[in-house]
Amino acid sequence: MNSAKKFDILRTILSVLIAIGISFIIIFMLSDQPFEAIKYLLIGPLTSKRNMGNVIEAMIPLIFTGTGVCIMFSANQINLAGEGAFHVGGLFAACVGMSLTAKFVTPAAALLVAGVAGAVFTAIPAVMKIKTTANEMVSSLMINYLALNFGNYMLNNVIGDPKASAASYALSDTAELPVLLDGTRIHVGLIIAIAVAVLGYLFLYRTKFGYELRLTGENEEFARYSGISIVRVILLSQLLGGFVAGLGGGVEMLSPLYSRFTWTSLMGYGWDAIIICTLAKKNPLYTPFAALFLAYLRTGASIMARRTDVTLEIVQITQGIIILLVVAEQFLSRYKHKLIAKEAKAALKEEEVA
Amino acid sequence: MWSAILSPDFFAAILRTATPILFATLAAGVAAKAGITNMALEGIMLFSALFGVFFSSMTHSAFWGLLITVAIGAFIGLFLAFFVLNLKTDEILAAIAINLAATGGTVLLLVAFSGDRGVSSSIKSVSAPNITIPFIEKIPFIGQVLSGQNILSWLSLLAVVVMHLFLYKTPLGLSIRSVGENKDAAESVGINSRKVQYIALAISGALAAFGGFYLSGGYMNMFTKDMSGGRGFIALAASSMGGNTPIGGFLVSLLFGMAQALANIMQLKAVMPYELILMVPYLATLIGLGVYYYAQKKKKERLSGK
Repeated sequence: MNSAKKFDILRTILSVLIAIGISFIIIFMLSDQPFEAIKYLLIGPLTSKRNMGNVIEAMIPLIFTGTGVCIMFSANQINLAGEGAFHVGGLFAACVGMSLTAKFVTPAAALLVAGVAGAVFTAIPAVMKIKTTANEMVSSLMINYLALNFGNYMLNNVIGDPKASAASYALSDTAELPVLLDGTRIHVGLIIAIAVAVLGYLFLYRTKFGYELRLTGENEEFARYSGISIVRVILLSQLLGGFVAGLGGGVEMLSPLYSRFTWTSLMGYGWDAIIICTLAKKNPLYTPFAALFLAYLRTGASIMARRTDVTLEIVQITQGIIILLVVAEQFLSRYKHKLIAKEAKAALKEEEVA
Repeated sequence: MWSAILSPDFFAAILRTATPILFATLAAGVAAKAGITNMALEGIMLFSALFGVFFSSMTHSAFWGLLITVAIGAFIGLFLAFFVLNLKTDEILAAIAINLAATGGTVLLLVAFSGDRGVSSSIKSVSAPNITIPFIEKIPFIGQVLSGQNILSWLSLLAVVVMHLFLYKTPLGLSIRSVGENKDAAESVGINSRKVQYIALAISGALAAFGGFYLSGGYMNMFTKDMSGGRGFIALAASSMGGNTPIGGFLVSLLFGMAQALANIMQLKAVMPYELILMVPYLATLIGLGVYYYAQKKKKERLSGK
């Protein structure tokens, strides 16, 4: 491992610690029972099998959207429609899940439809960029709201169960993904998620197209001159990223956590994905670890919110600080120079001895 | 429905709904002119909507509340500038961080200081007043549109003129534009680009804060969770469609105000399911973006003789 990489890891860990430290300070300022709150935040998730299960359940959607964003950001396509793709993925999976009743076929079809819906959805900004040069970031921000309102329209007018409030008809039993571990709701989605992360890694780092994609992300002009089809990269990276995010929405919808479509607001996993991608340094292989960390923090915060006077939303502040510090290139840069200089000196000395 | 659309009330509604977007569009424009995409507008507006409620109730004055809120908005702009310019943080990721902190932070602060969850119902805030100017009131139609508007709507119109003059008629405005156009060239003629970008982002933050204050102290009279509702994002789109100029941004903001006002009317008349109507402003933005950039692309192709 070279010193630059070592430094990167060190800085990431330090950023996370600083962010958590700042959150503690906020808790001390706002709470009447700060020690209690911090205790629940830090070790709450470990206190019972159910809580540990909650961490793993919360991790699953994050791996999907995180991997999706890694693929798009690796190509330097700042498409923020993962949020909406997750939403439409869940919506379409629910539609399929409530109309089919065949074993195995139902979840498979639902997940496939969810992925395709997500892919088509995230491709809208991509196609707009190719056809009109409109910036994908701005248009992806707009279509997220379209996804939300379309979901609400479907819920209230098409798939809504008149006997339930703000919920669709129940999904068929065959649609539900089986639970892996008794006493928790950890489901098969975990395996799919990890498989997606590994496949995402293999695709980005072990295939020719993955290389082209990353090269385009690093330097588009250079990629263009080396004969890479930029249009293809723009379109496929966002189709794939959207597919993964949509698939995640589908998996979440078919998980034991839901039996009906009840999402009346965006779930936020698309934004969370950005912090996952930042922590994982755009490498899908690391997304499960980043997702585990964030899920742990979330679960801890939700236990804290239930037992004390500190609200759940403190996690979003922690997340914000982590993003800021991890991507701040110059943060601790003086130390980085020292580290590199030290290594260079050591190498020189070795040469002299030889 | 047509009679409703052609009435002065409708145009008044356009101005009312366009005001926050207009402030944010001007904010996006000045940052873009300095070469920075300020996506943190959404978060700054949300923070400002909350701070407006807080500080106007604390000082019992809309004026002081607004002043403090705008100062904090400018400060958040400087904070963003520090990360982007000094610490070399990616501007989009830094903005996402600020927006995240705003989503969580506003809820957290609201609970901490008032015990309210999501809606600031227990805080007695002071909204900016509506004003009527006597001689303008007399003008047919226009008078009816303008009179009784919130003072911040008037200010937003004034801000368009001020920003135009600032960017195109002052030395600092020229510096901002030249830094955005070509940083190295600007540096070579002795402009301190970092300082200029700091100033531009502070102005941008302050303008967004006006918009945020208006949301909770003009458009509505309280803070509700996530009340910026993507207006900061719409403003980015509006500004880029308006060529990042104050006048262009103003015209496009009116267009979005119109989409929103139309959505409100359609909702009242129940022409369509309301969820579909809520899509109108976003859809209008999306289509507008596509059309604008397609025209730009064609123009470029024509000019380069392809």
